[in-house]
Amino acid sequence: MQYFNDLVLIFDSTVRLAVPLILACLAGLYSERSGIVDIGLEGKLLGAAFAAAAMAAVSGSPWLGLLAGIGVALCMSAIHGIASINLKGDQTISGVALNFLAAGLTTFLGQSWFHRGGFTPQLSADQRFNPITLPFAEQVKDVPIIGEIYWELISGHNILTYVAFIAVPVTAFVLFKTRFGLRLRAVGENPKALDTAGMSVGWLRYQALIITAVLVGIGGTYLSIAQSAGFNNNMSAGRGYIALAALIFAKWKPWPALLVCLLFGFLDAMQFRLQGIKFPVIGEVPVQAIQALPYILTIILLAGFIGRAVAPKASGIPYTKER
Amino acid sequence: MSVRVPLPRWVDVALLPVLNVVLAFLIGGLIVLSVGQNPLDAVGYMIYGAFGYGSGFGYTLYYTTDFIFAGLAVSLAFHAGMFNIGPEGQAYVAGLGVIIVALLFNGLHWALMFPLMIIAGGLFGAFWAFIPGYLQAKRGSHIVITTILFNFIAISLMGYVITKILKPAGVDSDESAPIQAISRVPQLREFLALFKNSPVNLTFLLAIVALFFVYWLVWRTKFGYAMRTLGRNPTAARYAGISSSRMIMTTMALSGALAAMVAVNNVGGVQGRLILNFVAGAGFVGVAVAFMGKAHPVGVALASLLFGALYQGGQELAFSMPGITREMIVTIQALVILFTGAMGDMLRIPLEKLFARWQRPAGGG
Repeated sequence: MQYFNDLVLIFDSTVRLAVPLILACLAGLYSERSGIVDIGLEGKLLGAAFAAAAMAAVSGSPWLGLLAGIGVALCMSAIHGIASINLKGDQTISGVALNFLAAGLTTFLGQSWFHRGGFTPQLSADQRFNPITLPFAEQVKDVPIIGEIYWELISGHNILTYVAFIAVPVTAFVLFKTRFGLRLRAVGENPKALDTAGMSVGWLRYQALIITAVLVGIGGTYLSIAQSAGFNNNMSAGRGYIALAALIFAKWKPWPALLVCLLFGFLDAMQFRLQGIKFPVIGEVPVQAIQALPYILTIILLAGFIGRAVAPKASGIPYTKER
Repeated sequence: MSVRVPLPRWVDVALLPVLNVVLAFLIGGLIVLSVGQNPLDAVGYMIYGAFGYGSGFGYTLYYTTDFIFAGLAVSLAFHAGMFNIGPEGQAYVAGLGVIIVALLFNGLHWALMFPLMIIAGGLFGAFWAFIPGYLQAKRGSHIVITTILFNFIAISLMGYVITKILKPAGVDSDESAPIQAISRVPQLREFLALFKNSPVNLTFLLAIVALFFVYWLVWRTKFGYAMRTLGRNPTAARYAGISSSRMIMTTMALSGALAAMVAVNNVGGVQGRLILNFVAGAGFVGVAVAFMGKAHPVGVALASLLFGALYQGGQELAFSMPGITREMIVTIQALVILFTGAMGDMLRIPLEKLFARWQRPAGGG
């Protein structure tokens, strides 16, 4: 029973840690499926996290914080869109610039507005998204196994967590069962075909970027006002890049993306468990090795040791109408 | 439909990049203004801090040294069509190479130690860049993502090495044992009193040499030609019999070795020991420097000087105007990358129209 309990708790933190990855990964899925590479996910997560925490601290409402987070992500998407759709610039460079912009501005504005070395003020419970107890969770809590799983693992998360998990089937449906999804996939594979059919390649890509911004904005908001009680410097800590790697590994499909993100969440959850434990042969694993583990795993996944990934064909290429 | 007239060369090479940089700084100024500070005052303090007195100028050149190496590292990879955003990690790991030879031969005269540090640091930096190069060439991993992840791994690795292995017993701060004075790279102030107590050292001259070396390598050798062919047109490179995987791995290793010289400047020249997080963002500045300088050594030199002045001036600014933190520089960096890199052609079409109108009457058309 003790082991079972531990396992449920580890899965519980897996879910919590996977949420921002899932949201960022699905966000990247929309833009990459439409043919726009988005290295700037990292910066959007960070920018949204800052905006959400700052707004929640000032206004006292987590919902306004969420709006601010999405708003900032939308602005950054707009810059990315102008650079890569209208000006046909290099999408990777634009994304990298956005990441630096977020890293610089969040610290700079944080310091000038709040004077706490880049941190935003600590948020109280009513300024954050709090755990929701699902119906009947209290009642079935004591039922062995099923009750426990329902109480610990499924109930008791904040609303953004449920949004992230609902976003997966919704994305799968939109992408594969709707007309918009078909067009989105087509514009990333063969934009000319859509152009010939009289549809605007640019507008479709902008629509994709808007969805991307909304999702990654929710992800950033989750980081600062649901998972933590405020913003701190560079709190995205490479999650945007890990989400991109997860997307590649998931071959740009929503359900595999969920699985890969959960795997990364699980690794992250194990981090806290592994610290300070002495292993039989190797002894105590240094903290730094455990910290580096998700990055190393990402590299191994990226190196494609488990099957080759083929990106949407038009990904990263600006579309030029023939004259 | 009107035919697009290409811009005169001087506009393309000089005016357009300068206008883009000006735009980046204007927006930076607006951000400073938006938090209630006067950007013109800020510029005044910065110029004085960077050039106004001897040791300030020395610091400017010290930062410039770092940025030249990081900028050249990014530029070199860029010519081969790769975007290396890992100079930060490459320089950090190179610090290990530098400190290993320095502590191994501690007490050796600097004239022998300096080349040893360059070689050892260079090898470590090259190794750290070679792995992403290998993964790109052989496994198709996206070089941008791998180089960034290698920055994170470098932080963990070096954190462990410095705090658990190199840190001598009884020392509180996270740093290695010191290098003896005779083995350190000499400071320029020993030859020129002008630089007072600033840390600019012989590595600055190495940076100048590196600028010429990169120019020679990229534009005057067969290797450089192959590199540029690969960067411009991978298919043509393949038909010409250029092995792209070998080129990618060699170029990345060279790029990492260039970034490694940041470690020689800092560990061997200034601190005389390996300190936790000594790179402090210099590697990332290299990305901005490379774009601003259009990956050409002359441009890299000018952009490095500008960022060197920004860094040193920024320190001065932090004393005089406490409302502005050093992170403003990161923002400027981002704006420079955005406007010179991703949106570099924003002003091209308006300029083309302007010049077309200007030239028509003169051309007697």
